[in-house]
Amino acid sequence: MFLSETFLFIFSMIITGLLAFIYVYFIITLSDLECDYINAQQCCDRLNMWMMPILSGQGFVNIFFLLHGHFWLFLFNLPITAWSAYELIKVPSGNLGVFDPTEIYNRGQLKTHMRDVLIKIAFFLVAFFVYLYSMIVSMLTAGQPVQAMGSPPSEFDEF
Amino acid sequence: MPAGNPLFNHHNHEALEQNTMMQPPIVPPQQQPGAGGGMFNSHPQQQPQQPPLPAAYQNHHQPQQPQPQPPVQGGGGVGTTNPFHHQQQHHQPHIPQHLTQPQPPPPATVQHPPPGGITSSANRYPPNPALLQQPQAPPQQPQQYAQQQQQPQSQQGPYLPPQNAAQQQQQPPQRYVISGQPVNPSNLYPTIPTQPLPSPGPTTNNYSQQYQTQPGVGGGGGLPQNSHGHNNQYPAPPQQNPHAYNNGGVGMGVNQVTAGMNNMSVTQQGFNKLWGIDHADLLKTRQVLPPEGVKSPEIRFPHDYMNHVNCSPDLFRCTLTKIPETKTLLQKARLPLGILIHPFKDLTQLPVIQCSQIVRCRSCRTYINPYVYFVDQRRWKCNLCFRVNDLPEEFQYDPVTKTYGDPSRRPEVRSGTIEFLAPADYMVRPPQAAVYLFVLDVTTLAVDTGYLKTLCDVLLEHLDTLPGDSRSQIGFITFDSAVHFYNMNSSLSQPQELVVCDIDDIFIPCPDNLLVNLDESKEVVKHLLTNLPGKYLSSQNEPRSALGAALLAAQKILGPIGGRITVFCASLPSVGPGSLPNRQGDVKTVKDLSTALNPSTDFYKKLALDCSTQYIAVDLFFLNSQYSDVASISCISKFSGGSIQYFPNYHMVENPVQAKLFEQAMVRYVTRKIGFEAVMRVRCSRGMSIHTFHGNLFVRSTDLLSLPNVNPDAGFGMQVSIDESLSDFQTVCFQAALLYTSSKGERRIRVHTLCLPVAGNVNDVIQSADQQAIIGLLAKMAVDRSLSSSLLDAREAFVNAVVDVLSAYATTQNSLPNLALVAPKCLQMLPAYTHSILRSMGFRADLRPRLDDRSQFMNQMKTLPLYQLIQTIYPDLYPLHTIASVPLASVPQSSRSTTPENGEEEEKYPQFPVLHLCSDRIEATGVYLLDQPDSILIYVCRNVSTQFCEDVLGVQGFVALHEMDDLPELETEWSNLIRNFINYLQSNKPYQVPIRIIREDSKERMWFVNSLVEDRGEGSVSYYEFLQQLKNMVK
Repeated sequence: MFLSETFLFIFSMIITGLLAFIYVYFIITLSDLECDYINAQQCCDRLNMWMMPILSGQGFVNIFFLLHGHFWLFLFNLPITAWSAYELIKVPSGNLGVFDPTEIYNRGQLKTHMRDVLIKIAFFLVAFFVYLYSMIVSMLTAGQPVQAMGSPPSEFDEF
Repeated sequence: MPAGNPLFNHHNHEALEQNTMMQPPIVPPQQQPGAGGGMFNSHPQQQPQQPPLPAAYQNHHQPQQPQPQPPVQGGGGVGTTNPFHHQQQHHQPHIPQHLTQPQPPPPATVQHPPPGGITSSANRYPPNPALLQQPQAPPQQPQQYAQQQQQPQSQQGPYLPPQNAAQQQQQPPQRYVISGQPVNPSNLYPTIPTQPLPSPGPTTNNYSQQYQTQPGVGGGGGLPQNSHGHNNQYPAPPQQNPHAYNNGGVGMGVNQVTAGMNNMSVTQQGFNKLWGIDHADLLKTRQVLPPEGVKSPEIRFPHDYMNHVNCSPDLFRCTLTKIPETKTLLQKARLPLGILIHPFKDLTQLPVIQCSQIVRCRSCRTYINPYVYFVDQRRWKCNLCFRVNDLPEEFQYDPVTKTYGDPSRRPEVRSGTIEFLAPADYMVRPPQAAVYLFVLDVTTLAVDTGYLKTLCDVLLEHLDTLPGDSRSQIGFITFDSAVHFYNMNSSLSQPQELVVCDIDDIFIPCPDNLLVNLDESKEVVKHLLTNLPGKYLSSQNEPRSALGAALLAAQKILGPIGGRITVFCASLPSVGPGSLPNRQGDVKTVKDLSTALNPSTDFYKKLALDCSTQYIAVDLFFLNSQYSDVASISCISKFSGGSIQYFPNYHMVENPVQAKLFEQAMVRYVTRKIGFEAVMRVRCSRGMSIHTFHGNLFVRSTDLLSLPNVNPDAGFGMQVSIDESLSDFQTVCFQAALLYTSSKGERRIRVHTLCLPVAGNVNDVIQSADQQAIIGLLAKMAVDRSLSSSLLDAREAFVNAVVDVLSAYATTQNSLPNLALVAPKCLQMLPAYTHSILRSMGFRADLRPRLDDRSQFMNQMKTLPLYQLIQTIYPDLYPLHTIASVPLASVPQSSRSTTPENGEEEEKYPQFPVLHLCSDRIEATGVYLLDQPDSILIYVCRNVSTQFCEDVLGVQGFVALHEMDDLPELETEWSNLIRNFINYLQSNKPYQVPIRIIREDSKERMWFVNSLVEDRGEGSVSYYEFLQQLKNMVK
């Protein structure tokens, strides 16, 4: 609609790649916390700052897929976006964010966060390659006439 | 966030204390010449006149804390029978009129005598509690120690403490003398009794029937007036034998006896009793509360020598006194594992050590403790991480005998609790001075209560005894809809008030003199305190409160130094930052509670974390009669290591009981010890980890707890998990180290070490449970649960926890009678405690308690030390009228409030038995004392004996009795004994609480009757019904 197929996938690839990198940063920060290299407040300040950018990135990708009519890809993306949004909404009013320095050591929250981040990284890696594949496919198909896809050219037609 | 602050950048395996090593030494270590390197001196600066001989080392090894003694072995009373049970058993309960129908009060005019006894508290607390804990060594003390040391050592090995010292250290047991029935080994095997029995009575009633027939109405239902039955019951041993009724019941038929014993061989039962691991059927056993009260279970080591050096159970408790060796085993036992700690409790005797190098493990930074293993004279093996470390040269030196070569004689390895004077390595900055900032609410509501007068009077009186030294600073802020500052420069004749109305962007009106040196400006401070109460008159004041702005201002003033902010709050903050909505109306059902109990804004939490990094603690006093959102505001204290005290409906005139309580609490508050810039670290043996922390603290990194201030009334709890198998070890250890700056500007480290044996089978683990600690930990977990999930979940979790434990126990017993709810002896009170806590203000599933009351109850569950926590849940009830027949005990040294004069005899107090909180324990002729954390109620029943009235209450009889605030001081033996007993109870509390004497027919009787939690209440089941519910759930 707005973008050509190829550019749509390039765009979502870049965003997904960025998100994956942010989550790698999350993992590093959380494991720093686990090893006592930083304290809880620093850690949570750093991580909470990224929650909104992550959600908006995912939201953009989702909306673009919807607008361009890629319903399968939209559905593929939807759960993880909904999860991020849910995390943000469910923050209790007294907490400082998804990562709360006063609670992160309690009830194994650190481990839960670590697990969540790993799941998200795995998802974004898969998504990245899905988009990469889709992009290549769209580049290949964009160069060829449509009808050629429908009936493969016979070698003997020219003769 | 001050990034340059080394406290916040510490690295793995580097304790906070290590981090600071790169700092230049700020205070030179107290080196004194001639002590061979090891210098032991508690406070050389303060007591330079001390004799220099071994006296330089003050270690008081005569433990004064009574070691918990096990109750009399269970085997004792097996072969004998207890006639009293029969008598009581066959008394048909009948509804007593004296509880169900309040009669009109007698026409006698009710007079309130002046509160004489209770306000004389000034001498109850020594002027400076900080001195309490520093051993005031009398000159002969070190010599005593020397004698103790010089006695021949036992030959058990280099690391063993001397055997004779071990014996000396064991306090002569304060055993509860139970009349009759000596423990005789020949009695240990139960036999069907052959001695003549008293007449068993007309019919065979068993207890379940009796319970069911009890009408449980209101809280005051069925009180059988079994005067003689009960009166005689108490000297009986604790009900340990589930078959006691049966034993006595030869007349009832042998069937019951055999039915009860068919599954268990007589020999096995006898052995179980011998080891104290027998169990009872809760549905049939009515008396599960031991008469001497529930004590902490004894920790039993394979080697006897380890017993006496462990940390006192008042300071450090674990929910299990034997740690299961694997996680699977813990799950099989289905018990929560955690530790409860009261690290800064006021101690009368504490070894204090000063040395140039504190011996710690190089890898895990554990402090050397009694449970390390000395590989040889020069090396020791850490008991937490098992690294072998070198001993420094000075550790070889024994300061008492002045000899070298035996490290096991050092006080570090002879006491589970010890305090070090920390050298400069342990300081991030020079130790701060004592700094107190008072933030006072002067809105209309607050001024109306009249608290300012009490507060200022208490402060004026104790201005000289505030803990601190010549550097102490003090400041005041008041707030209504504006923030008022007071310039108290010493050159001024009277304080200068500065009002800041711009509360949305608060600023400090003048850079200094808001916080002044107490010594220099004492006159100005006194002037302010004298005039402050009169300055604010309720008519002129603003109703709106700008608490948030005042707190921000206070933080700005204290920021560079750190210290303590004391906030008095009587109204809901309604303007400026941190203003809160009134959420009371939002709560329509129980499900809405969890939102209303959570804070509504993150303002206070953010501020608390900022305060925490600046070493500021905020202590809260709530004096509200209306909703003021304790749940939100208390966050400011929860995460800054403060304390929260709550005086609902406080009014100086109209609520004299609360007013008295507030005054006592204030006196305690301003004079109690305080530790500034504190951090606590709890370490545990390899294979275990600490994962969830409870209490007013901020967990800065995995195990470093930041406590900007630490106070002696704060308790903490931690949940522990087992990560690896512990089967290679015989014992595991927990060590809590609290680093703080005393009010005198000394950096000190208090170290508590708790060592527990490891057990390999489920039965051992369950038998080792500590029911009070379990309830303490469960309560903390339940608070978390009700905040994160819902109150109903928390209640369910409570019940499930008990059901789990009892089911786990049932599976370990291969054959049990079918219709029984069997609990091991160490867990028999667990259902009663649980039942009581489910009915408490915090966890009851109705909307009757006010939101603030509920919030504060939950705060208390998180922070109270275990003793007070249990008393909050399940107060102690004593029958005072049995005074003629109870044994006497002498008041322990620690809890004696005043030092006895020379030649005076030891104070004796009667050891009343503790009763179940159940109305059928109340006799019409009785007088009962209910010991609650915030009050002592004396409940006088109608048919009380005239002698008791005359000798104790000072009136001719019940008719002449009026409600009083204290017992009259009469020169009779009974009066003396009972007043000693009350003093003893008061001495176990942080401060004296008001006493109320209540007639059975007065309105105030509901205070007492509502505390009988085992009865059926409105909307809640009775204890017996609760047990039946449990029975149905236990598989």
